[in-house]
Amino acid sequence: MQHVSPIREPLVTGGKTYADITEDVCRQVEAKPNMRWMIALGVSLVFLGIFIYSVYRTLWFGIGEWGLNKTVGWAWDITNFVWWVGIGHAGTLISAILLLFRQKWRTSINRAAEAMTIFAVICAAMFPVLHMGRPWLAYWVLPLPNTFGSLWVNFNSPLLWDVFAISTYFSVSLVFWYIGLIPDFATIRDRATGPIARRAYALLSMNWTGSAKHWSRYETVSLILAGLATPLVLSVHTIVSMDFATSVIPGWHTTIFPPYFVAGAIFSGFAMVLTLMIITRKTFKLEDYITLEHVESMNKVITLTGSIVGVAYITEFFIAWYSGVEYEQYAFINRATGPYWWAYWSMMTCNVITPQLFWFRSIRRSLTATFIISIFVNIGMWFERFVIIVTSLHRDFLPSSWVMFSPTSIDIGVYVGTMGLFFTLFLLFAKFFPVVNMAEVKSILKSSSGVSHTHNPGASMHGTAPNSHKHD
Amino acid sequence: MTSKKYILGVFEDEDVLLNAIEKTRAAGTKIYDVFSPYPIHGIDDVLGIQRSRLPIVAFFCGLCGTSFALWMQIYMLGFDWPMIIGGKPHVALPSFIPVTFELTVLFAAFGMVITFFIISGLRPTLKVPVMDVRSTDDKYVMAIELKEGTDISKLNDLLRSNGAVEVNQKEVVK
Repeated sequence: MQHVSPIREPLVTGGKTYADITEDVCRQVEAKPNMRWMIALGVSLVFLGIFIYSVYRTLWFGIGEWGLNKTVGWAWDITNFVWWVGIGHAGTLISAILLLFRQKWRTSINRAAEAMTIFAVICAAMFPVLHMGRPWLAYWVLPLPNTFGSLWVNFNSPLLWDVFAISTYFSVSLVFWYIGLIPDFATIRDRATGPIARRAYALLSMNWTGSAKHWSRYETVSLILAGLATPLVLSVHTIVSMDFATSVIPGWHTTIFPPYFVAGAIFSGFAMVLTLMIITRKTFKLEDYITLEHVESMNKVITLTGSIVGVAYITEFFIAWYSGVEYEQYAFINRATGPYWWAYWSMMTCNVITPQLFWFRSIRRSLTATFIISIFVNIGMWFERFVIIVTSLHRDFLPSSWVMFSPTSIDIGVYVGTMGLFFTLFLLFAKFFPVVNMAEVKSILKSSSGVSHTHNPGASMHGTAPNSHKHD
Repeated sequence: MTSKKYILGVFEDEDVLLNAIEKTRAAGTKIYDVFSPYPIHGIDDVLGIQRSRLPIVAFFCGLCGTSFALWMQIYMLGFDWPMIIGGKPHVALPSFIPVTFELTVLFAAFGMVITFFIISGLRPTLKVPVMDVRSTDDKYVMAIELKEGTDISKLNDLLRSNGAVEVNQKEVVK
């Protein structure tokens, strides 16, 4: 009955039973918040305060509070937007693409990764909305009947495609995440003792009873949602890259952008998942669920996508030379040797060189090394977007309009502030929601826990355990 | 106020449960429902649950999304207020693809999920008809409806002999 693979490592260690999984995951939801969590939330709230102040300055005094100028009309805002959206992509990749590929190791990390997706998209959405200058008119991007200006929105514009892509991505990710949460909310509801907790989780669990018929539909819905989310996540970063690729700016106008951006998004997203998971597993004592095997698998994805990104950087350079276009060639020479050389080489070091260290098994399985490299990748991917955006703009076709861009304290405040927003949301999630998908981990326990379960005395007494139901 | 009585067989192992479902059904007893903490592989076959038709719902909702998006863009930019944008034709189909794709996905996902909620009776509610709270933790519960003249002791024996560790009765007031 119990299958122990000679090759694969168990996905759940420590000889857990079903009850142990419930207990381990529900513990921090039910317990009073611990000191570490309170301190982390306090720090995040300080950064959230910085965000609110910077947004207030941006709205009250206008976009002039940012370091933008006539030549560089897009800088940190769009850099941060692309960076956050990219981070979000790993969550969908883990929950949707790995579901389609039947990768069972996704089960213990998909919940937190999807939460990360949703919060990252919220942070990303702040930037285009703020850059509008008048966010209270944000509904102008929607095709609503109206009596002003040109009557309808421009469906030929990639910026409008972005509106549809990001909002669809956010809504579908939210629904996917919530469907997965319903059975776990039901578990918490059935254990809850306090009246508020019982009522809150009863409302959230939507009348879920765990009926076989419902589970059957639940699995169908998850599979179809995964099938829909997979092309969706690829389309989102493709469309984000078209914001640049459909323009005629040297360094942007390239057909390599969509696959290159998607690979970069997965690369940075997995790095962020690792950063968060290494902290979460430690804080909430989930080492038996998020094991070194999980970390190693994610590191392999980072090596693959990091190498794709590296190849893309080299291809861009080659094509710039091969195109014979003077402006295109200058844009790339300027990236590597111009006044922003330090940004370019930070990007190259962090994104191309550091992930190659994961070819060594000992580094792949070292938590400290993984944590440090994941931070490097996050920094590198931020620089990638900065390099693409600012170095392509700051020296345009007319040397008299060449300028440098430098951020103001408000630019920095909005960016650092979104991290406060992100971590505040993530910490609240980690406290009040089950961070590991209990139902899915339970469903893989039997085939991949590595120990045989002796918690069924009833079965052994009657000796009726059949061999007819094989679990593959 | 009508109330229904159920007899609940509590199991501790999914393979024992699957076997018990087959035996119970073979004995001619109708199973009301089975509750488990996670989806059990192969339970659909032994319980005789039909394959869900939700994918078909998703397909047709997606089709609605595609049609709506194409109609919206062609009507707005091609007929209602035609403008020349970037030298493109009024109805520039290639640049309508992204929005059409996104709305297809949006309609398919929401249409399917809303249908799933409605047909499964999933809605926010304070009173939840859970038969046995342990079925969302680590136990599997098979519920059989008790009708007038059902032999309870026979059912009890049937469940126990097929590996139920507990057999309880539960009255649900509707």
